[in-house]
Amino acid sequence: MKSQINVRNVVVALVALGLLLLPLYSALTGNIFILTLFTRIVIFALAAASLNLIMGYGGMMSFGHAAYLGIGGYAVGILAHEGIGSGFIQWPVALAASALYALVIGALSLRTRGVYFIMITLAFAQMAYYIASGLSRYGGDDGLTIYKRSTFGGLIDLSNRVQFYYLCLGCLFGGVYLIWRIINSRFGMVVQGVRSNEQRMQAIGFHANRYRLVCFVISGTMCGLAGALLANNTDFISPAGMYWTRSGELMVMVVFGGMGSLFGPVLGTIVFLLLEEVLSQFTEYWALIMGPLLLLIVLFARGGIMGLLGRLSRG
Amino acid sequence: MAEPLLRVENLVRSFGGIKATDNLSLDVLPGELHAIIGPNGAGKTTLISQLTGQLMPNSGTVHFAGRDVTRLPSYQRSRLGLARSFQITSLLPDFTAADNVALAAQAHNGHSFRFWGAARKEKHLRDAAQAALSRVGLAQRGDVPVSELSHGEQRELELAVALATKPQLLLLDEPMAGLGVTESARMVALLKELRKEVTIVLVEHDMEAVFALADRITVLVYGRVIASGDPDAIRSNEEVKRAYLGDQHAVTRHG
Repeated sequence: MKSQINVRNVVVALVALGLLLLPLYSALTGNIFILTLFTRIVIFALAAASLNLIMGYGGMMSFGHAAYLGIGGYAVGILAHEGIGSGFIQWPVALAASALYALVIGALSLRTRGVYFIMITLAFAQMAYYIASGLSRYGGDDGLTIYKRSTFGGLIDLSNRVQFYYLCLGCLFGGVYLIWRIINSRFGMVVQGVRSNEQRMQAIGFHANRYRLVCFVISGTMCGLAGALLANNTDFISPAGMYWTRSGELMVMVVFGGMGSLFGPVLGTIVFLLLEEVLSQFTEYWALIMGPLLLLIVLFARGGIMGLLGRLSRG
Repeated sequence: MAEPLLRVENLVRSFGGIKATDNLSLDVLPGELHAIIGPNGAGKTTLISQLTGQLMPNSGTVHFAGRDVTRLPSYQRSRLGLARSFQITSLLPDFTAADNVALAAQAHNGHSFRFWGAARKEKHLRDAAQAALSRVGLAQRGDVPVSELSHGEQRELELAVALATKPQLLLLDEPMAGLGVTESARMVALLKELRKEVTIVLVEHDMEAVFALADRITVLVYGRVIASGDPDAIRSNEEVKRAYLGDQHAVTRHG
């Protein structure tokens, strides 16, 4: 539609620009920490954006999204452990494994709606968590150290902080662009239509669940990519990363930023992780502050940060 | 006599101990406007839902265009050319009027596993939507979100959505429900036009509308057909008068 200069778009543009220029700032000030922090933020933003695709646009409240972070990560970690260090093998396997998991879980969970859907996705993710805990060959509960990051035949060096950051940022921007295309496509219209009124969509001739399932798989695959990035970022993968609290955090990031808004999850992730970072410096009970904040947003700003910015835009 | 477009045979559907559809049989001929009337709780909406596949019967069969569709899900029946409007308006509230209709056109224009191109820029879908909107008198209201349309406009939009699926058979569940006098009159005029093009099954409480429009009328009471015939036959049917038309004077007057 029409592109407009308003508060919301300006903020989004500034944030995007800030993310692009961050390595420059880091180099000029010698602040390496901020680059490390934001690499993590960018990766989680990709995961949150993928969750937003099904949660915000598809109306599917998945409470098991951390499973994909784990599956993507374990694909990288296990292959690295077995001596296969090439990202050209690791990453496609990570994506394929996530997609397959999403396909199976989705086919089963999408028979249910509402609370049952939340519970069943949670249950499957917890199953994945316990399976990972049982992988004694790959560290079991203690997790698995990844001694060498994925290699891409010299194309890009993931051990280089700046290169890795830009790879993550490229994946995030690419992911958000893809989501933008999807939600405006025929497919995206159907998925959003089903969210709005499933019975009506069936009545005009759409097999609703087939579209939901494909959307579910796209989202899971995208989050699996975030998982592969995250494993490379931490050089470590453990079951703890797919525990249900992680799924909850992803949901909070989406809600913070604004469900069903394109860039909202990115803003939500930035705010969430920065708050966590700052608050945890003062107190280990940072969640005590985060919790009420979330309550305030849910109670008074349904559209999250993007919703607030939108209200400012309208004056 | 022509082969019926819709043939319902011995349909039964019960909820607990209540038979909402009780061994019901019904034919709808191509081109006719077939009205179904009956007092509240006669099982009219239950019947419509079984015809469109939202609800499965316990027994009996539904044939549409010569095909057994008894067990087909609603989205497949829609593809065969069965469209419905809902008694309680059922639209996509967060979409515009044009989006609602364009989606209906899209559902009948190949599959929708297209992830890249912008659907709102597909001209033939937008044109189809605009045509259907014009048909029901909403040509100027395409860009308005459904939640901002008046009740009457939403009823018309229901019809536009159904039309955009290019149906052979239109099942209208109380299209007049909640409409004012002028809006009702507009709806009747609209249905008079539509019936020239498409076979219609009309469930309606508004007797004036029913007797003005229908070629044939089927009367339901407690899920059973107690009479079926042309308006004159129904009007003079003693059983109908007894069982249903407590306000028979209204009917004879408007005949």
